[in-house]
Amino acid sequence: MKKSAIVCRCEDITEEEVLKAIEEGYTDLEELRKKLRIGMGPCQGRVCVQIVIKILEKKTGKKVSKISIPTSRPPIIPVPLGTLASDKDEK
Amino acid sequence: MKSKTDVVIIGGGVTGCSLAYMLAKKGIDVVVAEKNYLSSGATGACGAGIRQQWSTKENTELAIKSIKIFESLSTKLGQDIELRQGGYLIAVHDAKEMRQAEKNVNMQRSLGLKVDILDSDEINDVVPVLDVKGMAAVGATFCPTDGHANPFKTTFAYANAARKKGAEIYTHTKVTDIKTINKKISAVKTGKGIIKTNTVVNAAGVWSKKIAEMVDIKLPNVPFRKEILATERLKPMFEAMVISFKDGIYFSQQEEGHIVGGIPIPREKKGYKTMPTFSFIQHMSKTLTRYVPQLKHINMLRHWTGFYDVTPDARPILGEIKELKGFIQCNGFSGHGFMLSPIVSQILSDFITDGKTSKILESLNVNRFKGKKIDHEMYVVG
Ligand SMILES: Cc1cc2nc3c(=O)[nH]c(=O)nc-3n(C[C@H](O)[C@H](O)[C@H](O)COP(=O)(O)OP(=O)(O)OC[C@H]3O[C@@H](n4cnc5c(N)ncnc54)[C@H](O)[C@@H]3O)c2cc1C
Ligand code: FES
Repeated sequence: MKKSAIVCRCEDITEEEVLKAIEEGYTDLEELRKKLRIGMGPCQGRVCVQIVIKILEKKTGKKVSKISIPTSRPPIIPVPLGTLASDKDEK
Repeated sequence: MKSKTDVVIIGGGVTGCSLAYMLAKKGIDVVVAEKNYLSSGATGACGAGIRQQWSTKENTELAIKSIKIFESLSTKLGQDIELRQGGYLIAVHDAKEMRQAEKNVNMQRSLGLKVDILDSDEINDVVPVLDVKGMAAVGATFCPTDGHANPFKTTFAYANAARKKGAEIYTHTKVTDIKTINKKISAVKTGKGIIKTNTVVNAAGVWSKKIAEMVDIKLPNVPFRKEILATERLKPMFEAMVISFKDGIYFSQQEEGHIVGGIPIPREKKGYKTMPTFSFIQHMSKTLTRYVPQLKHINMLRHWTGFYDVTPDARPILGEIKELKGFIQCNGFSGHGFMLSPIVSQILSDFITDGKTSKILESLNVNRFKGKKIDHEMYVVG
């Protein structure tokens, strides 16, 4: 991977930015994500989180525990507010 | 892990981290124990709005002082907390609400705050995208120096600055018990070892009640689940946070372009369950698109839950418990703890280092709930 490779496409975060944040001490997967907004894009991290875990593990030499891998939050695919606001099943 | 320290703070949210910074700066030996990661509690779920327009004088005063601190915080901590002061626009829906708003604005102005009362036709000058008819507003109040910051960056900035001053912050370290000798704090037991200390700060957010139970102290706090959602990114449309006490809604556009907001959940229950609900999404989408019709075609991206740690008067519980020396409360923020964190940590650090107390600290002690009349804060949303 080149240094400037994009890790999180949705939020436009590069590998270099991830490495820099790890060097600054953000070695906890969740803190790293929150600092960089990784995984908060439309795909909810399905593209990037596994890559970030690999970078983190390589850089720190520590395994990221399975339990701390973030869950994706609903909705699984983006839905327009107008659809969500529709009255169909409520009086 | 250290075996001994001056102060143990339980909870690595924005308040725990800011207090750690204030204490470390004064040369106090301080440890933070956080059971997950920093900002994993309410802090990481919050809207991070900062508002000075309150209905009680005490909250208004505290918030004004907090904003002053926030304004220079990025420089002081050496990291950008992304403070944006786009103002808060509070919708007013009828004559009765307007009378209350006028009363509040007079009180706020007497404290030196710049705040305006807007007619319904002035609302769009501040937030052009609002449908004034749809939101059924007869007017609004607007304070241009209100705003919001990034809750993660604020917490991390405090934590990093605290570490530089010598504070030790242990994440993934759960406090399991608190030891006392002769009605004084003596030690804190964690999953990673015991730390001797004479002072414990209970900044565990919605879990503070459980921490207090470890030493047989009952706190009146109740957890209330709150939901919040974010849309996809949009080009900049407005800068103010829009809120309505009647509809309970609040929303703003974040720096990155997402619109983030919440509303009380219909048929909401007390308790610690975190499952998001569809009834929230529906209620929020309906109200939000009534306020801003052009959002109908915008996608909702994410939806999450957090907790308000609510007290009987919606004001925080601060200071030492009279029956247990060294046990200090810093909780019960009832949905506005982010904005109060700078001033609260200043007040508590003065108390912990010099025993310095103040009228405001006394008025927020938990013993206020013992048989006295309660001055309830009315201006709570979400
Ligand atoms: C949806 C939502 C929107 C909000 N919007 C706003 C807003 O716009 N403006 C505003 O000012 N406030 C807002 N709030 C309120 C604000 O988030 C909180 O008041 C504030 O973050 C409280 O910070 P804290 O550090 O006291 O608590 P928390 O952030 O909850 O931190 C407490 C920490 O204690 C830890 N902990 C608990 N038990 C233990 C234990 N046994 N051992 C070790 N650690 C433990 C937890 O893991 C947690 O990290 C909102 C809240 C929610 C839920
Ligand atoms: S690629 Fe990171 S959130 Fe989609």
